[in-house]
Amino acid sequence: MPGVCPRMPHIGETRRMILQAISFYAFAAITIAAGVMVISARNPVHSVLFLILAFFNAAGLFVLLGAEFIAMILVIVYVGAVAVLFLFVVMMLDINFVELRQGFLQYLPIGALIGLVLLVELVFILGSWVIAADPASRIALPTPAITDTTNTHAIGQVLYTDYIYLFQVAGLVLLVAMIGAIVLTLRSREGVKRQRISTQVSRTREESIEIRDIKTGSGV
Amino acid sequence: MYVLAIFLPLIGAVITGFFGHWLKNTGAQVVTCGCMLISAVFGCIILAEVALGGTPRTVELFSWIDSGSFEVGWTLRFDTLTAVMVFVVSVVSAMVHVYSVGYMSHDPHIPRFMAYLSLFTFFMLMLVSADNLLQMFFGWEGVGLCSYLLIGFWYEKPEANAAAIKAFIVNRVGDFGFALGIMGVFLLFDSISFDTIFAAAAGKADTNIQFLGYEAHAMTTLCILLFIGAMGKSAQLGLHTWLPDAMEGPTPVSALIHAATMVTAGVFMVARLSPLFEYAPDALTMVTIVGASTAFFAATIGLCQNDIKRVIAYSTCSQLGYMFFACGVSAYSAGIFHLMTHAFFKALLFLGAGSVIHAMSSEQDMRKMGGIWRMIPVTYTLMWIGSLALAGIPFFAGFYSKDIVLEAAYGAHTGVGQYAFWLGIVAAILTAFYSWRLIIMTFHGESRADERTLAHVHESPKVMIIPLVVLAAGAVFSGYLGYEWFVGDNLKEFWGQSIFVLPGTNPIEAAHHVPTWVKVLPIIVAVLGIAAAYYFYVKNKNIPRILTQYFHLTYKFLLNKWYFDEVYEFLFVRPAHRLGRNLWKDGDGGVIDGLGPDGVAGVARYLAQRVSGLQSGYLYHYAFAMLIGVVAIVTWYLFVRAG
Amino acid sequence: MIEIGLSHYLTVAAILFTLGVFGIFLNRKNVIIILMSIELILLSVNINLVAFSVHLNDLVGQIFALLVLAIAAAEAAIGLAVIVVYFRNRGSIAVEDINLMKG
Repeated sequence: MPGVCPRMPHIGETRRMILQAISFYAFAAITIAAGVMVISARNPVHSVLFLILAFFNAAGLFVLLGAEFIAMILVIVYVGAVAVLFLFVVMMLDINFVELRQGFLQYLPIGALIGLVLLVELVFILGSWVIAADPASRIALPTPAITDTTNTHAIGQVLYTDYIYLFQVAGLVLLVAMIGAIVLTLRSREGVKRQRISTQVSRTREESIEIRDIKTGSGV
Repeated sequence: MYVLAIFLPLIGAVITGFFGHWLKNTGAQVVTCGCMLISAVFGCIILAEVALGGTPRTVELFSWIDSGSFEVGWTLRFDTLTAVMVFVVSVVSAMVHVYSVGYMSHDPHIPRFMAYLSLFTFFMLMLVSADNLLQMFFGWEGVGLCSYLLIGFWYEKPEANAAAIKAFIVNRVGDFGFALGIMGVFLLFDSISFDTIFAAAAGKADTNIQFLGYEAHAMTTLCILLFIGAMGKSAQLGLHTWLPDAMEGPTPVSALIHAATMVTAGVFMVARLSPLFEYAPDALTMVTIVGASTAFFAATIGLCQNDIKRVIAYSTCSQLGYMFFACGVSAYSAGIFHLMTHAFFKALLFLGAGSVIHAMSSEQDMRKMGGIWRMIPVTYTLMWIGSLALAGIPFFAGFYSKDIVLEAAYGAHTGVGQYAFWLGIVAAILTAFYSWRLIIMTFHGESRADERTLAHVHESPKVMIIPLVVLAAGAVFSGYLGYEWFVGDNLKEFWGQSIFVLPGTNPIEAAHHVPTWVKVLPIIVAVLGIAAAYYFYVKNKNIPRILTQYFHLTYKFLLNKWYFDEVYEFLFVRPAHRLGRNLWKDGDGGVIDGLGPDGVAGVARYLAQRVSGLQSGYLYHYAFAMLIGVVAIVTWYLFVRAG
Repeated sequence: MIEIGLSHYLTVAAILFTLGVFGIFLNRKNVIIILMSIELILLSVNINLVAFSVHLNDLVGQIFALLVLAIAAAEAAIGLAVIVVYFRNRGSIAVEDINLMKG
């Protein structure tokens, strides 16, 4: 891909290409291998760790493509938040994973068949697709030359102007997800003393104090 | 008074029927018996005024149906024929009402019973006083309904229910003919009012109508159809099967409905429609043949029955045959005469049998009776009177009426007349024989009842005996008193216009001029029958047994009532059951329900079950379905859209 | 082979996608791994988007990838919350026990 890596002009074209190929194959191989491990690992904790590995390598692929911002976001959001969340859940819940693995191979044939068909078809498409003539005229938003602005800068400029509404909606979706997760998991435990400020403030004299006549000498 | 005589029973029935619970038993009995007795008194006065005084009249109540040329009113027609019937019905009914007070005293549903009885009487009076065919049909169906209700009065007995249904359905066959006849009359005369059709009858004597696709003589067709109705109601050969079974009802019911009144409605109808029948000689021939055959046939069956009420029932059937063949030879007045005397002595016999049954603690089988005549002398005497009248022993009522009937048959000087005469003579022997068989088996000889029953045998209370005495008086004197008026010299003035005989013929006159041996023969055969019964059942008790062994097949044939029930069961009842069952199971259940509501619901449920099978509830099933769908769409896209 | 083009990236994405689908079939009992498989599928979609974006010189693809990322994060959060609640109530997260929707 010409012009993908213009920041290393001192490296020769051929060497750059070889470097790029090596990097791609390494990242891609590790991503796929990690993906295989995610779905086949015995222990879900391992699965999560492999998922993190897959994300790291996918981020590497993005960097190779020149989409550094997406790559970084992927690492931060997925590895830093989502995958860790998975890890928490997996470790927090006391799940009998052995039981869950029973019947592991029961659907293997149909799964394999479906997967195979899908893969063959996708490869089929890969081999036969064509890009429409004159793709330049269909570009909605041309990427500015890397020499002018960085990738992050360019995305920022577009995201906060043309796509501000989508951006806001994405934020709202995340907010709703957050609230939803809190609502789902929050529970008030019995027997835990906690301060209720509104109750304290709204107390009145009548319900707080009781006056009794006590005869002298009889005690309370 | 004329209206009250008809409607008092209805008033009594309505009061007792709707307020019986409130009136209690005594109240119900007082109300219905009071109404009935007043009605009976009025009935006597009507007989005196209308028949003896010769002043027929009609009372118009109100218009019923007025549709195009079809006009029907509620009109009470009082001529001699009606007056005689009103007299008979109201008097016998009043006696039966009083008798029921004693007979039904242990029954838990007295108000209901009394209400039914009164309602029946109203319908019967409505029938005999009708001024048009539809009104007659109203009464006709009404008595059928009451008959059904009363036969099935003890509804906890399954046989009673079966008998009630049988009576109703067999009568349906006859009523179908009657209804067709009425429609035919309207078709022919454009009216169903008696006056109109009687006046027009002579003019239509040669008309033909289309019936079942054939060109048929109109009068004959109509009269045969109407006679089929009469056959059903009067239990004539072929449609008689319900009458013996109807004995499942209480005995007063048997006496009132199935001996004295309702079953004679057919005879009354033929006499009432005599202006039509007179113009249909073929129909009259049929009436004669059916009547004579029934008289003989029922008498033979009566020989072998062991249930006291069934013997009398077949005797009734037989006597109705006499009345019909009297009508068949145009001697309507003789038929009605026999109807009246028969009403008295047959009601007497039935009520007497009821008294015996009452005494024997509800035992009806004659084989378990015997030797009780000293214990219930009054009932015994009354039964003797009834039997003497029935057998036609001189100077009892039956003697006069039966003789004139037989003489009229002979006097007709026709083939069917001879047929009727000789069968009537044979039936007379048989009648005398089975009557005394009944008396001897019931009252004489060694008692075959068990000790406990015997200890209970007692004379019936006065309330039951007094009506019997009244009826016995009728059985003794009605023949002698009525002879002159009904069939004697005062015939013309007495009947007036109510009975029509073709001009130029006078069957009653012919009857009086038969040879002497014809007049004497019935008495001789009656005495012969009595003597035979005495010889068989008292002198030489082995003869019946020997005879039954010797004529084994004949005996079985008679004991099983000529196998009519079995044949009908095979021919009509079972196919009808099968047809009904098939229509129910396959027609209604299979086709209509199957394709209709059940089918739609079934298909919906089946589909829902199949679809709900897809709804396994397992998340991964849904996920799989989704992914398979994705693959399918991709495949489709790849090969169809892109390729 | 040396020259890394668009199709290389697409192949990687396709393999990753197939792996995700396959994972759903394979781990049908374990909801957590099903969720992870979905993350893999989304990742493959992201790779596709970015690869095309770079190839066509169009920045919208990357913006879209960002949005997918946000939605994936939200989905993971909610999904995990549901799992936690479900586990708390039923003491199991086996998918076979989750059949209250059965008709």
